[in-house]
Amino acid sequence: MLKKFLYSQKVAPYVFVLPFILVFIIFWLYPLGNSFSMSFQKTTLGQGAQWIGTDNYTKLMGDGVFLKAVTNSVIYMVMTLAILIPFPMLFAVLINNKFMWGREFFKSTFFFPALTSVVVAGTIFRLMFGEMEGSLINSFLGLFGMEPMKFLKGQFTGYIALIALATWRWTGVNMLYFLSGLQNIPEDYYEAASIDGASPFQKFTRITMPLLKPTTIYVLTISIYAGLAMFIESMMLWNGNNSPKNIGLTIVGYLYRQGIEKNNLGYAAAVGIVLLAITMVINLTQLAFSGMFKKED
Amino acid sequence: MNKNIALKIVLFIFFAIVGFLILVPFYAITIASFKPGADLIRNGLNLNFDLSAMSFNNFVFLFTGDHAYFTWFFNSVLLTIVQVTLTLFVSATVAYGFSAYEFKGKNLLFICVLLIMMVPFEILLLPLYTLTNNIGLMNSYSAIVLPGIASAATIFFFRQYLRGIPKEIISAGRVDGASEYGIYLKLILPVMKPSFAAMAILNGMNSWNNFLWPFMVLSSGSKFTLPIGLKTLLTPYGNNYDLLIVGSFFSIVPIFILFIAFQKYFIDGMTAGAVKG
Repeated sequence: MLKKFLYSQKVAPYVFVLPFILVFIIFWLYPLGNSFSMSFQKTTLGQGAQWIGTDNYTKLMGDGVFLKAVTNSVIYMVMTLAILIPFPMLFAVLINNKFMWGREFFKSTFFFPALTSVVVAGTIFRLMFGEMEGSLINSFLGLFGMEPMKFLKGQFTGYIALIALATWRWTGVNMLYFLSGLQNIPEDYYEAASIDGASPFQKFTRITMPLLKPTTIYVLTISIYAGLAMFIESMMLWNGNNSPKNIGLTIVGYLYRQGIEKNNLGYAAAVGIVLLAITMVINLTQLAFSGMFKKED
Repeated sequence: MNKNIALKIVLFIFFAIVGFLILVPFYAITIASFKPGADLIRNGLNLNFDLSAMSFNNFVFLFTGDHAYFTWFFNSVLLTIVQVTLTLFVSATVAYGFSAYEFKGKNLLFICVLLIMMVPFEILLLPLYTLTNNIGLMNSYSAIVLPGIASAATIFFFRQYLRGIPKEIISAGRVDGASEYGIYLKLILPVMKPSFAAMAILNGMNSWNNFLWPFMVLSSGSKFTLPIGLKTLLTPYGNNYDLLIVGSFFSIVPIFILFIAFQKYFIDGMTAGAVKG
């Protein structure tokens, strides 16, 4: 009887998607709801909780360290967008050129950094940006007669190290996204444009850019998300969650500091909800502006 | 024609320079793994190639020394295999449910898949941490594997792939008297093979390099995965640099070999999400 029930065409689809329903409820919906309710409580692991209304949020708004973390995350996100969208797009267009030598070789080379874990990549970059005279970046600066710099002790130079790491790891991946987007643009569009006497620049702005829009929106969306949620890169560069004057502190870093290091779960949950709100607002605005919510034709 | 050749050369030089910059850190860590850690502390990571100061000592220590490196290494291998196998099977099953049937609540559920892809996992860290603690799964691999077992991105990819498979296979299976599950296991799964390769590689790469969540869950050194073990070698006082550098270098090797062997699938897996459905 049960077997007949489970094997019917009406019930089978639910059996197939059941694992997702369970995972969604147990590991996503419940924790998310929990995060939300925790953000209105004063609570620690294993101890009782106490409702305190919006106190955590009002406290956050006046918390200088939190605002520093938000500033860092937003600056990091904006700078990664400014580099990791235009350059990979340009590289993809150039490398897509059939006459180019060594295309497959370059594609692989550019992808290599994505294979390394953040732990390993972060260690390498921490040591490259070391303060010793002989460290890679400083010895390079030395070639131009410049004094060795303490990269990870200053705000601006700290950003440089973070952005360098992000650029190194993700240029190739974003380039591949744009390359796969380029595959979907029909060759005849360019031929027709050539016949009409369009210049390469005109072809790029009138054909390539508009038709790459879905890919660009995808890359933009995941980059906004990744930029705002960055944490481990900073943790690796500064060998822990503490950087001088919090120059490398990010929103998730602050969430981790309050929640795990200080066992201040309610306050940390509020940090998480603010992160969620910022991500959603920026991404939904971006998607609305790019016309993603219009009916597709 | 000459203009084309000139353009080719310019392009090639340009990409060669960028490619060189990308390879520099790999070169630096490769030669660093042949130098003593003390040198690294004194001079930083650099490109100095001095044969007289180089030796295989670090490698000898990596393979024979008294440390937990290979415990971490095999933990990572084991965890990656288990995680990838389970995630792929479960996600493919879910994706098949979404693509083969019309059922009540399907659209709502699929919106949930997309939602998961849009909300930063990091904000779930604390509630997942307390949940794991409360149900007694701390310091276990189940706590690492279970939350990701129905991976939204993987489900999404498989669903896109299944759209390209003719529905006639399913009706033919029914005519032949196969059960709904028999159709999936015997007719659909074999057809999905190529898409499994791409997703196995993408999930494997993520699992092999996964750090934050396992770092929070695992507490005993004997259960550490490779990234966590390497992170513990980085201490403010440590002189573990020999092992750290050669260990970091050696942790990249397996994934590089896999990449060289299955390049196409890596790239397919990576770009799968960007392809419009």
